[in-house]
Amino acid sequence: MSGIVPYPLLSAALLVLWLLLNQSVSAGHIILGSVLAVLASWAMAALRPEKPRIRRPGAALRLLGMVLFDILRSNLAVGRIIVRSREPGVNAGFMTIPLELRSRNGLAVLAIIITSTPGTIWLNYDAAKGTLLLHVLDLVDETVWIRLIKGRYERLLMEIFE
Amino acid sequence: MNAAGSLPAWAALLTALCVLAGAGVTFIGSFGLLRLGNFYARVHAPTLGATFGMGSILVGSAFCFSMLETRPIVHEILIAVFVTLTTPVTLMLLARAALYRDRTEGSKDVPPAAAVEEVIPRQEG
Amino acid sequence: MSASILTWSIIAAQVLLGLAMCCATFRLVAGPRAQDRILGLDTLYVNAMLMLVTFGIRTGSTLYFEAALVIGLLGFVATVALAKFLMRGEVIE
Repeated sequence: MSGIVPYPLLSAALLVLWLLLNQSVSAGHIILGSVLAVLASWAMAALRPEKPRIRRPGAALRLLGMVLFDILRSNLAVGRIIVRSREPGVNAGFMTIPLELRSRNGLAVLAIIITSTPGTIWLNYDAAKGTLLLHVLDLVDETVWIRLIKGRYERLLMEIFE
Repeated sequence: MNAAGSLPAWAALLTALCVLAGAGVTFIGSFGLLRLGNFYARVHAPTLGATFGMGSILVGSAFCFSMLETRPIVHEILIAVFVTLTTPVTLMLLARAALYRDRTEGSKDVPPAAAVEEVIPRQEG
Repeated sequence: MSASILTWSIIAAQVLLGLAMCCATFRLVAGPRAQDRILGLDTLYVNAMLMLVTFGIRTGSTLYFEAALVIGLLGFVATVALAKFLMRGEVIE
C-alpha cells in the first residue's frame, strides 16, 4: 500500500497495544506509540510476509460472533462430559476432514478457531491432499463435526480470505 | 479487601457472579485433567479455563476496576488477546509432539503417518 | 452487605482456582508421560494467571494485572520450548 505505513492494520493494533499498556491517551504516548508502530511495520515489511486480504469485514464480524457462541456452547458440552459422564473420554477419537480452503491465512485462523474451541484440537494439515487431522473429545457422529467445520467455518473463511 | 467497600450492590454482585463462574469453569477444566483417560482426551480439558474461565474472570475484573475508578479500564483485553492467540499454539504444538512420539514408537492408538503425512521422510526414501 | 458478598465470593473463587492448580500439579507430578507433565505445567500457568487477576480484584490494585500478563507470556514461551524439546529429543535418539 502506501510507502510510509506498509501494514496499516498492524500499526494501528500496535498503537492500541501501547496505549492500553500505558493506560493513557496523552499526546506524548500517542506520538511515541505511533513512532514505534511505524518502525515495527517497517521491520515487518523487511520480512515480506504474504499480505492477508480481508475481503468482507461483515463476514469476519459474523464469524467472530459465531465462534464466541460455539465456544460457550462447547464449554458447556465438555464440562458436562467431565462432570457427568461415568467414564469420560471414552468416545474420543481421531478423524480426518477434507478441506477446500487453501489460503494460508484462512487456514491459520481455522486452526486457532478449532483448537480454542473446547472439545476439538487441530493436529495436522496435509497440504498435498488438503486433509485435516483432528482429535475430537465427543466423537459419536463424524458427520456432525464435518458439517460444523465445513458448513459454519470453512465457508465463511473462504468468503473472507479467497 | 479495601476495594469491595466502595462498589454499589449490583456491581459487586455482577463482579462476584462473573468471577465465581469463571473460577468454577476453570476448576472443572483442570479436574478433567484427573478424570480423562489418555493424553489426547486430556488436551481438551485446559481449554475450558483458557476460554470461558479466563473471559469471565477478566470481564469481572474490568467491570470492577471501571466502577472503582469511574472510567473504563479495558487493559484486561490485552491478557484476553494474548491468551487467545497463544493457548491454541501451545496445545497444537504439544499434541503434535505427542503424536510424533507415539508414531515413532509405533503405537497402534494413533493414525499412522503415511495416511496423513510423512513425519519420517528419511525412512521413506 | 454487598462488600461482604464480593469478598466471600472472591475467596471462594480463589479456593476453586487453588483446587484447579492442585489438579494441574498432580498431573505435573504423576503424569505417566512427558507430554502429560507439560500439559499440567501449561494448565498450572493459566490457573496461576487467573489467580493473580482475582488477587487484583480483591486488593483493588492494578499491579497484579502486570504480573498476570508476565506469567501468561512466560508460560507460553516455556510450553512452546518444552513441546519443541519433546519433538527434537526423539529425533536425535
